Formats: sequence, C-alpha cells, structure tokens
Amino acid sequence: MAEQTPKNPEKHSTYLPKEKHSTKPFHKTPMLDQLEDGPWPSFVIGLKRLAMENDMMVDLLGQLEHSYETRLGYWKGGTVSVFGYGGGIIPRFTELADEDGKPLFPESKEFHTVRVQPPAGNHYSTDMLRQLSNSWDKYGSGLIAFHGQTGNIMFIGTTTEKTQDFFDEINGYGWDLGGAGPCVRTGMSCVGAARCEQSCANEQKIHRLLVNNFLDDMHRPALPYKFKFKVSGCPNDCMNSIQRSDFAVIGTWRDDMNVDQEEVKKFVADKGRDYVVENVVNLCPTNALSLNDDDTLNVDNRNCVRCMHCINVMTKALSPGNDKGVTILLGGKRTLKIGDLMGTVIVPFMKLETEEDYERIVELAEEIIDFWAENALEHERVGETIDRIGLVNFLEGIDLEVDPHMISESRQSSYIRMDKWDEEAEKWKERQAAG
Amino acid sequence: MSDQPRFPIESGVPDPFQYMHPTYIKNFGNWKYHERPRPGVLHHVAKSGDEVWTVRVGTQRQLGPYEINLLCDIIDKYADGYVRFTIRSNMEVTVTDEAKVEPLIQAFEDAGYPVGGTGPSVTMISHTQGWLHCDIPGTDASGVVKALMDELHDEFTTEQMPNRVHITTSCCQINCGGQGDIAINVQHTKPPKINHDLVANVCERPSVVARCPVAAIRPAMVNGKPSLEVDEKKCICCGACFPPCPPMQINDPDHSKLAIWIGGKHSNARSKPMFHKLVAAGVPNNPPRWPEVSEMVKKILSVYKDDAKDWERIGDWVERIGWPRFFELTELPFTKFHVENWRGGRHALNASAHIRF
Repeated sequence: MAEQTPKNPEKHSTYLPKEKHSTKPFHKTPMLDQLEDGPWPSFVIGLKRLAMENDMMVDLLGQLEHSYETRLGYWKGGTVSVFGYGGGIIPRFTELADEDGKPLFPESKEFHTVRVQPPAGNHYSTDMLRQLSNSWDKYGSGLIAFHGQTGNIMFIGTTTEKTQDFFDEINGYGWDLGGAGPCVRTGMSCVGAARCEQSCANEQKIHRLLVNNFLDDMHRPALPYKFKFKVSGCPNDCMNSIQRSDFAVIGTWRDDMNVDQEEVKKFVADKGRDYVVENVVNLCPTNALSLNDDDTLNVDNRNCVRCMHCINVMTKALSPGNDKGVTILLGGKRTLKIGDLMGTVIVPFMKLETEEDYERIVELAEEIIDFWAENALEHERVGETIDRIGLVNFLEGIDLEVDPHMISESRQSSYIRMDKWDEEAEKWKERQAAG
Repeated sequence: MSDQPRFPIESGVPDPFQYMHPTYIKNFGNWKYHERPRPGVLHHVAKSGDEVWTVRVGTQRQLGPYEINLLCDIIDKYADGYVRFTIRSNMEVTVTDEAKVEPLIQAFEDAGYPVGGTGPSVTMISHTQGWLHCDIPGTDASGVVKALMDELHDEFTTEQMPNRVHITTSCCQINCGGQGDIAINVQHTKPPKINHDLVANVCERPSVVARCPVAAIRPAMVNGKPSLEVDEKKCICCGACFPPCPPMQINDPDHSKLAIWIGGKHSNARSKPMFHKLVAAGVPNNPPRWPEVSEMVKKILSVYKDDAKDWERIGDWVERIGWPRFFELTELPFTKFHVENWRGGRHALNASAHIRF
C-alpha cells in the first residue's frame, strides 16, 4: 500500500471496500498481493474490488494466481458469437479442472471478452463511460480494458449466455462489435483534427468511411486473414499505422510548409542560434533547412520529405502546408509468418476534399481487399502476398501504376526480363504528360 | 427477452462528435499550435483564439466500475465531462480554463493516478492480455507493466529523457504489444511438447504444417494415431504452431524466457520508421515483479539518458553511436544470436570499412 495515507481514502485507487457482497471466500493470492504496492495504479486492487462484488472475479483471481505460481496460462478458445454475427467475441474457457473434469475455478470457467469498436479518436463523455460500465457490470465481470492493441474496447469476462444480453443492450444505444479472426478488424485513428494543429486530414471521417464500408467483412469473418486500417493525421504516425496496419493512411501535404518568420525569430531569440542549428537544422534528414543571418529560416521545400521533425520542435513557427492530402501504405504487420514487414507506399499522394475523393479511397480499399481475398494463401497478410508475388503484380491486380515514390532505391539485380521496355517507358511519358 | 432473436444494428464505428469536447468540435481542423507548459499538460491554441489545456493521466488500462466512476467524478467536478484515451491507455482530460488545470492535476494525484506521459518522458507501456485472458500467453502482461511502471513512475511524471520512450510488452512472439523503443517479449527456447493423443481431434493438421515459418512440422502417425512431428533441429521455437494446435504446448515455466529489443520507432520524424532489434535474451520469466527485466530496462534507459542527444529516439541514438558502443555502454553481452540470419539478413551486416574504435 502507498506509504502515505491518501487524503480521501474512499476515493483513491488503493481503496478496498469493507463490505463484501460476493458469496465465495477469497482464494489466497500471495503473489498477486505483491502487485498491490507501488506508485502506479494497481490492477490487482481493481480485480479485488470487483471480487468483493462478484464470485466470477473471486475465481478469476484464483486462476490468475495459479498462473503466477506455475508460470503457465490456462485459457482455451471456443466458439461464441451473437445472433447474426460470426465474430467479435473472444471465447475463453478454463482449462483447470480436477480429476473428474470439474473446473477448479467454476465461477470463472467461462470468461469471454466482447470486442467493441470505440468512437474514432477514442472520445467519450463521462456519461457514456458510466453507461457502458453500468451495462457491463450488469452482464459481465465489470472489467473493461481501454483499449486493446488493435484498438477495441475490451469488455473482459462474461458467460456465453450473457454475451448476447450485453451486446443487445449496448448495440441498442449505438455500439457495435469489432473484428476477431480472419476479417477486417477494428480500425484506429488519432485525435487529429479534433485537437492537433499538425493534422493534415479528417482522420475520423477516413476511419469511419473505410471501416464502415466493410462491416460485412468484419462481422462475418471469411477473408484469408486479418486486415487492419489505421489512420494518422501526419507523418508522426501516432497510430503506428506503417508498422501495425495492412492499410495505413497518413496525412501529408504537397505544397510548401508554412513558416511564420516572426515566430522563428522569437524562437531563435529565446533558445539561441546554437540550439536551433543543433536541434532543428542539423537534424533535418535531407539538409533542407538553413538558418539565415537575420535569424529567419530557409526551407528547401523541394527536398523536404515531410518527416515532421522541425515542425515538432518549432510548434508555433512551423506547420504543414495548405495543399493537404494523404499517403497510403500497404502491408504492415508483425512477425508471423515471414517476418516483420513495414507498410510500403502505394499511393504517394491522394487529395481528400470532395465526396468523390473519399469515394476513391473506399474504392481503392475494395479493390485491394477483393484482389487479396482472391489471391492470398490461407493465413497470409496482404504484405506477405505482396512479398510473394511482387509489388508490380499486386499493383497490376488492383489497377495502379508504378511510381518512383514507391521505392527507396532502384533495382540492383540484373536478373530480370525486360522485353517490353519501350512500351513501359512510353507509358511513363504519357502519364507524365497527363500530369 | 422475446422469443425472436434480435438482429444486430450494424452501426460500425461510432461517430465521435457525439462524445467530443465542444471546443474540439468548434475548432475541428483549425488548430494553430501547441506547447507543453509542464509535464503531463498540453496547451493547444486554435486559429479562433480558443485555448484548451489537456491533462494526461496514466491508468492501469483494466478499469472496473469503481475506477471508472472515480475518474469520471473527477472529470465532471474539475473538468468538462469529456475524456479521450491515447493509444497507450492514458486518459486525456481537456479544460478550457487554465485555472482549472492545477486543481484537476491535484484531484487525479490525490486519487492515486499519475499525471505525465508527455514529451520526452517514459509513457505508459502498451501491452497485451497475458495470463488474465489470452489463450497462448508465455507470461502475464498487466503484472509486468505494473511492476515496471512502479519503477519508472518518476520518468512518467517528468520529461527528462532525450526524446519520448515507448515501451511495449508481449506475452508471446507474435508480439501483439507492437514495436517499441524498448520491447519486452517472450522468447521460447525449446520446441513444443506434443500431446499426440489430442492432435488428431483438435488440430487441422495441414494448416498447422503450413503455419510453420521454417517447414519443421510434418504429419506423422504416433502410437497408431494421426499426429504431427517436429524436426527439432530445424525448429526455431517461435510458437506459431501453438495457436492453431494447442496440443503443441510451447509455453514452459522454465524455458519460456524474456528477450529485450530496442530501437523500434513508428514516427517518420528524422529517420524512417524502424523495427526494434534484439539486445538481450534469456531473461527469467519471474513473477510477480520480474526484477531482472526491470534492472535491464533501467540500465538501458540510464545509458540512453546520459549518452543520447536531445530528440534522438533510442533507435536514432544507436544508429549514431553504433552497436559496438551500445553493447559497451550497457555492458550487455554481444553473442552470435545478435547476428541476423533470417531471409534477407545480410542487409544487416556491415559491408563497409566504417568501424568505430
């Protein structure tokens, strides 16, 4: 327990109610008890507070302590869903049973998670948080994770029977299940335009248009494997979209960045020339910045790669340009199966202004998912499909032309047939002429 | 309940505007700049002249009704009734009056919730479910995070690092915790133990064979039953066969270790995004507080703090000083296991005479 007594012990993260409403006695949890101390809010105290209220959490603590003692997990999956959907629930059944097959921790023998999609940008009113919490307290363990790594609100711990009741209730006031299994997964978008001056896109609109267009592919899993959309409003990529999503949308701009030279001068006066040279000019990855003798900043915009560093440092003086749009990268994922892959550029710049523009990005996503669903091997992420068949074949499949922004360097290997070089060179010239 | 099943309303991603702070809505897409008046607080100014102060609060991610009501009571009393969550489970609570900032911070701190996680700090660890809920976990997640954040609490509430530090944990090698400046991930060290009595009934054998990254699994008859066998010389102990085939038990109380990886970076700032790279393995999976992990993470952080330049993420810093210097400064052993041998691995070797002495 914290060494100092809290000012208001009943309104403190370490508070444990005196009265126990659950009927089952607590299991001994000497290992978990050691995670009650320390300055960070303790999830163990949280679990115990819930166990004061319901027997499911009493037994859950028993199973978790058993995992701590034996250093093994004891959940197995299964099949649980709600009427009309094929996914969105993560079923969990305990594996801990006695010799007769009776569960050692019967009250938490079923402990399913309900994955629910958060609002784009993870905004909540306190009224809505309380309402969601009340619904879950009624039908589940009471425990909610904000949020899982894919982005879902995870309502952790309920029985097969109550899963439907809970879903019916929250679905009635505006909440829908997320994805689980081989399907379009729950998406994520940053705070973006709602509170960030670096936002170059309407992140929540892109997020909702893309994901909501594929709800059938989310709720009835039938794709080769998972497919994730993530939207970041600028290249700081706070949503980790390049590394963690199949389809990454990143806000950017193609005109000159905005420079408020008066603010630059103030910044230089405040921090000193050395600081500015050391922390701004020298850290530009393409040497596109220089400090003029009058303490204004010179920007070589043709060579700026929109990395965001200088804008991050000089937040008042520098900001993205005005001709905004998005860059789209495809194929990011983690290790399974062929190794880590970053998303790579398939659309260097797409304007997202008119409704037709937004239709184009949705159509592109449809093309990609259709082509991938037709051609991927089982359990193959889109990045792996591209790795297997080559980017050029993939681009032909989705009807996109090659572009030098898609590569970091040109080909090294001479082992390639180039029968139709002249035709391809002609295509390039035509595209250049068309602008 | 009626007898007729209820059809779901496929409403998808909720519209965020119904839960968004009114000043966010008013200035949507029209913000001018931001600054950080103190650790844990962001100050955003809109082109309209409107200003908001946002207090960032660390949470335990897993919240029950008590915590939700406690935090919501504070937000209702000291702020404006709106909250958003960051990707790392921090709450962000916005007020439009600067005078409300200090009382709001005080209220969170009095309730035992730390304010911080902004700028060059060690922010909340992004993590997975672990023993609490996952079906294939090699370790716990919430416990590792709680133990580490207790140790790193002061680095959360201050901004003393060269740049931001994102730590992640993952309880298997699938690495759901994601890329991190420091990633703490389970690393199995022994091939799966197969329960041949169960394989035929539980596993779709061709998919399990297909799942193996190194083609080490093949169908076999064992004790007269159709099962699978593993070529243990080829096996890389990744555990990829375990999710589709639970009788191929990969988790082991002694042989499932932890490995530490550094230098992952998702941002495009300065350098391109980077994946994290191995620095240490064989770290014991030692609940409830994983002290060996804490020591190693703290050591890496202290060396980074002393040696890196401002704005260098851990990955940027190691690129500048070079890997030999990293191992020298952190006193971690360099082994043959650090040398990449996965497909395309030669790109990670030094094909130059650039050597630091």
